[in-house]
Amino acid sequence: MNDVANRNQLAYIAAQASDARVNVEFESEGMTLNLGPQHPATHGTLRVIVKLDGERVLRADPMMGYMHRGYEKLAEVRTYPQVTTLVNRIDWLGSFANEVPFILAAEQLMEVEAPPRAQWIRTILFELSRIANVILFLGDMGVQLGAVTPVFFAFRDREFVLNQIEAVTGGRFHPNFDRIGGLKDDLPKGWIEETTGVLDRIRTFCDEMEDLVTGNEIFQARTRGIGVIPAEVGLAYGLSGANIRASGVDWDLRRDGGVGLVHDQVDWKVWTHPDGDSFARYWVRLQEVREACGIIEQLLGGIPSGPVMAKVPRIIKVPAGEAYVETENPLGVMGYYVVSKGDLVPFRVKIRSASFNNISITPWVLEGTYVPDVVSILASLYFILGDIDR
Amino acid sequence: MSNTILAIELAYWQQTGLRALIGLVAVLLPAGTLVYLFLFKMMSFMQSRLGPMEAGPYGSLQLLAEVGKFLQKEDLIPAAADRIVFKLAPFVVLISTFLLVLVIPAGPDLWFIDVDTGIFLALAVSSISVIGILMAGWASASKYSLIGGLRAAGQLVAYELPLVLAVMGVVIQAGTLNVQEIVMAQATGEIFGWGAIGNPFIITQFVGFAIFLVAVQAELTQPPFDMPVAESELVTGYLTEYSGLRFLMFFIGEFATAGIFSALAATMFLGGWYVPGLDPTDNLFNVIGPLVLIGKMVLVAFLIFWFRFTYPRFREDQLQQLAWKFLIPLSLVNIVVTGVLKVVF
Repeated sequence: MNDVANRNQLAYIAAQASDARVNVEFESEGMTLNLGPQHPATHGTLRVIVKLDGERVLRADPMMGYMHRGYEKLAEVRTYPQVTTLVNRIDWLGSFANEVPFILAAEQLMEVEAPPRAQWIRTILFELSRIANVILFLGDMGVQLGAVTPVFFAFRDREFVLNQIEAVTGGRFHPNFDRIGGLKDDLPKGWIEETTGVLDRIRTFCDEMEDLVTGNEIFQARTRGIGVIPAEVGLAYGLSGANIRASGVDWDLRRDGGVGLVHDQVDWKVWTHPDGDSFARYWVRLQEVREACGIIEQLLGGIPSGPVMAKVPRIIKVPAGEAYVETENPLGVMGYYVVSKGDLVPFRVKIRSASFNNISITPWVLEGTYVPDVVSILASLYFILGDIDR
Repeated sequence: MSNTILAIELAYWQQTGLRALIGLVAVLLPAGTLVYLFLFKMMSFMQSRLGPMEAGPYGSLQLLAEVGKFLQKEDLIPAAADRIVFKLAPFVVLISTFLLVLVIPAGPDLWFIDVDTGIFLALAVSSISVIGILMAGWASASKYSLIGGLRAAGQLVAYELPLVLAVMGVVIQAGTLNVQEIVMAQATGEIFGWGAIGNPFIITQFVGFAIFLVAVQAELTQPPFDMPVAESELVTGYLTEYSGLRFLMFFIGEFATAGIFSALAATMFLGGWYVPGLDPTDNLFNVIGPLVLIGKMVLVAFLIFWFRFTYPRFREDQLQQLAWKFLIPLSLVNIVVTGVLKVVF
């Protein structure tokens, strides 16, 4: 009995201590609710400490670091080709896209350029991983709002995209296919026709989502006007990707940055939405999946012939220097700052991942909302824990 | 109340035992049917998957496997929980389900109790589950459970009104609160002198039927009204701390109540155990009546579960607005119109 009493007292002290940390700058009779680290809404281990007054959020603090894997440090003891296996696991839903900016940075330091065919296939895979990533968001948003059906459709059709990625790279989730100076392999036979068929399925999926989710009155009531982020606030917090485009900022590195990938070779459109609410973020991502299908379709039609690998030495030693390359990844702008001292391994790799900045706005945007909106806003900001904690 | 069941003389204790046994069947059968038909199979087909396929033909024994799983689990009670209340809560929820089944007749001579205020009794006992849910939410000593319990209380109180008001139309039209007589009124009714299919009240009371279904959905805390258990926000609300048998009891309570409310809707709006073309006093109905009732119940439950698997959930304030600003005024208008037409015709 004494044991139980002791344990209860310890639990009480611990609870008080964690409350006190939040209470430092805010004093109220509210209730502190820990959303996470294990919580269905955070699909991973994000912890959001929410200070509640009834169901109204007085203050919300995201606490990250529960999944920190130290990739920046680990990269310092890996050779350049080995780093891609690490960075694959940052945004685990669209893995290939993580490799691209790092490889581009290394190529910039080594002053090699991938042959045109490699660049085109790279762009195709880059956009395929965008589809694989974002259609899961399109389904998951429904789950966060209580509709269980969309996510099954998302997983069903994502399977076809993963099959195509697997057919090229041999890896479904972690392709590890990008190399300094090109790609590991060429496309397999018949892949282009198959992929065209898959793109049709994805377009059908987008139409289904528009019927099932976007047009739903309850979905609209739950997302329209909820979590509005004005453009200037979003920019101040460093939001990127669809989150900032949903606030009406017409900024997309695929069009405006343009290093190493061939998005400028095809005809496509950057979608924006003036509202900046949860619905806008969902809508913009939905359009981006459609747009990605268009990009891939055009690229498939015009892949140039030639080798997929430039002439690079067998043992890669990157000359001393520093390079920063960022690309428009599925979650937003992802950048690698690579410093080399001329060794086999990078001296320092700093990863700028999109989700880290995207969730930094949560204290601002969650203030004054209700608990159900916390979930819908977090879902619409679309973070991936691996991308926050690295 | 006669002391014979199907013309067999029985002692009081035998009758009571038989009633209790049939009551158990009447609660568990709809629960099992709905879970297997809709939660396992229909939901799966809607989501382009097969659902359980391994246990028995087409997974039909999956229910037993699930029950077996729950029975094996440890009965966890949180250290800080109010133990007695925590243990009692699932029983309170289940009691309301068992009381609810009493008023539904399954044939001209098949009923548990034949009270003149049957509908009134049913709607009154259905609210007992609120107390159980509040008990569960409070006693769990968890913040998620507490929020879930309070949400459930607010929601169930708000939707009690449209539920009652939707039934009022039927009561006015039938001129009685007795459930058996409501069935008879539908069986013997005529539509402008044409009595071939009787007069199922869904034809005249379709507004009431729609409101009833929406309110039932909310009473059951099913999507789109499942804020009390909202799994993406509150983990599972007031169920968070329950495991094993006690969780199973909540689960059975939810689906049995869904079945019984469907049966109630079928009784009030679709003619209950009656099939058109036969004499409603025919003894045949004592045999086929339960089957007809189950068929109609599944039909109504299909609608309920269709919504459940399709829609996202409301926010708490939107739900209250729907109840107070839309459903209650609409059902009041329905009552007025029904009353006026009742006098006119």
